[in-house]
Amino acid sequence: MYQYDNYDHKMLEDRISQFRDQTNRYISGDLSEAEFLPLRLQNGLYVQRLAPMLRIAVPYGMLSSVQLKKLAHIARYFDKGYAHFTTRQNIQFNWPDLEDVPDILSHLAEVEMHAIQTSGNCIRNTTTDQFAGVAREELEDTRAYCEIIRQWSTFHPEFAYLPRKFKIAVCGTKIDQAATQVHDIGIYLKKNETGETGFRILAGGGLGRTPVIGQEVFDFVNKEDLLIALESILRVYNREGRRDNKYKARIKILVKATGIEAFREKVLEEWQSLDTAEMKLNQAEFDRCAQFFIPPAYKKFDTASPTLEASLKSNALFASWYQQNVNAHKVSGYSIVTVCFKETGVAPGDVTDAQLEKLAELADEYSFGEVRVSHDQNVVLADVRQDQLLELWSALKSNALASANLNLLSDIICCPGGDFCALANAKSIPIAESIQRKFADIKQQQAIGELSVNISGCMNACGHHHVGNIGILGVDKKGAEFYQVSLGGSSRNEASLGKIIGPAFAQDEIPGVIEKLVNVYKAHKKQEEKFIDTYNRIGIEPFKEKVYVKAD
Amino acid sequence: MSKLIKDKVLVADAWTLLKESTGPEVLDVVRGKNLIVPLKFWLENGAEIALYEGAIGIWLDSNETPGMINSDLNEIPVIALNFPSFTDGRSYSSARQLRNVYSYRGELRAIGDILRDQIYYLSQCGFNSFSLRHDQDPELCLQAFEDFTTNYQATVSQPTPLFRRR
Repeated sequence: MYQYDNYDHKMLEDRISQFRDQTNRYISGDLSEAEFLPLRLQNGLYVQRLAPMLRIAVPYGMLSSVQLKKLAHIARYFDKGYAHFTTRQNIQFNWPDLEDVPDILSHLAEVEMHAIQTSGNCIRNTTTDQFAGVAREELEDTRAYCEIIRQWSTFHPEFAYLPRKFKIAVCGTKIDQAATQVHDIGIYLKKNETGETGFRILAGGGLGRTPVIGQEVFDFVNKEDLLIALESILRVYNREGRRDNKYKARIKILVKATGIEAFREKVLEEWQSLDTAEMKLNQAEFDRCAQFFIPPAYKKFDTASPTLEASLKSNALFASWYQQNVNAHKVSGYSIVTVCFKETGVAPGDVTDAQLEKLAELADEYSFGEVRVSHDQNVVLADVRQDQLLELWSALKSNALASANLNLLSDIICCPGGDFCALANAKSIPIAESIQRKFADIKQQQAIGELSVNISGCMNACGHHHVGNIGILGVDKKGAEFYQVSLGGSSRNEASLGKIIGPAFAQDEIPGVIEKLVNVYKAHKKQEEKFIDTYNRIGIEPFKEKVYVKAD
Repeated sequence: MSKLIKDKVLVADAWTLLKESTGPEVLDVVRGKNLIVPLKFWLENGAEIALYEGAIGIWLDSNETPGMINSDLNEIPVIALNFPSFTDGRSYSSARQLRNVYSYRGELRAIGDILRDQIYYLSQCGFNSFSLRHDQDPELCLQAFEDFTTNYQATVSQPTPLFRRR
């Protein structure tokens, strides 16, 4: 994991004193609401429906056990005993007091954490696949590149007042779990003909009101030129992105309006002036950043763990969790474990102080003291010995952390919605819960197989509803909360945006609608087809017919 | 008159800002004063400007770019970039382009909604003078240059990025 040196520490310290001063000036009335707003946003502080919300950056999802314990402490002393994992691999607190925020930031700084640029119209936290560095099929570990991008984007003086927020994702794994194509900039690691690593760079992807898949700006960028490429794209966007209409201000609108060819020309024009010896990354920097992500001291196992095989046979519950939540690791004898934070009755992504502490302990005991937050609001223990899986599972189970529903219907991505968020048109957490209750039987879910249900409480799409196999969007219909359902979205390699199935439904109709959709899938499913495959084969009509059929 | 910080010192402003483009007759009115004119005025009144005895600078609004100036930039003693609102970040990029692409060495002035909390980033992007909004405390603004001790990126004031200095 990346470790701060004196420079990183000093900049963070500078930032906290700056924000402490700004907060004091705001409280004393010297700084107006409008002037404080972008400053607090760039420090992760929102004013929400009930209280301020503080969003903490978790760079590309990596957290150490020490950091987890600190987050538990903050949840306990400055919040109501819980925190919330977001769809940006970050973590947020829903109940801090404004006056406490500078102190919370000081606490975070002790463990090399902060809330910088977690909101506002600037470059946000860079995300990557949560299996980076451990996935069986991976071109290269992305985290050193993510760290380089993190540093470049942090306090970038030219790009603090962009037309709108800006999100970058990097992917190096064969199966894209980072939703790379729906980011403002999506970066895929790639090898050229001579075997050198570089980047394929997309721009203009995004969700929100106008969901778009990113278009290719560069087929291959040499790795030394990464920051030149990013800075060129950002400059074109900063100069030319629309500022007259908040809903047309994302880079996707600019790329569409300009056309990808003309956009590329503009980027290349900036590239010329930025292409200097100073701006080029060098091997020393790649090596410096890579050394923080060298593989931990894995134990050597020559054969599959006999204890694991035995317990899979004898313990059906464990076996069901193993089948669903454990993934293959690149090192034999190890596994990747995903802890699902999708317990029915608990808001997706919510985690208590005690659970955070427990996670820290388990990370220390079973996974070299580190975890990763995934964009689908779960937590990954990336390096677990197979002969310790049963022990880990038992420990998770006794802390209500062993939901065996990874990638199943109840592993719902969901924004905080109308219960917390000032922007929401409708609630989203109770919808998630009603669906989880309808499909409470895990065996039934496993029989249905991989199926993503994503819920957003408004068209800003924090719950990524456009890329859910089933997407649910809260809409306001003459003051009442209704829900629009879409089908066929995916954020994986074959990214696609869902199609709206028809008129919106009332809240209590939703679980029944999902059941009908699942039944159509079951009736048409061929062999091992997943929901999304069946949908792609048969189209939306059969689903539509069933859902809107008049009652007999 | 608005307060001006130039090269990290509070100074008397030697320039008058012509806020809106008018006809060339304005040059007879201000007579010999150093004048910062809008780009439009500059482009439309070349002949009159050539005859004017005072110095002339140009200001660009946030939707105008340095490329629109049709003459040798280093002949122009001051170029001002406007911030209609402090949240309009376009002029940050224009400033870097002026310094890095056009190698502009004259006074680069930030005008408009210029507040204490943006001065550090502005200075990193190449601005060396700041025409403060009327309600700003110049002493507090002077402290802003010390907001950060260093940056990660290559900037105008520190062209060597941190990764080459570590």
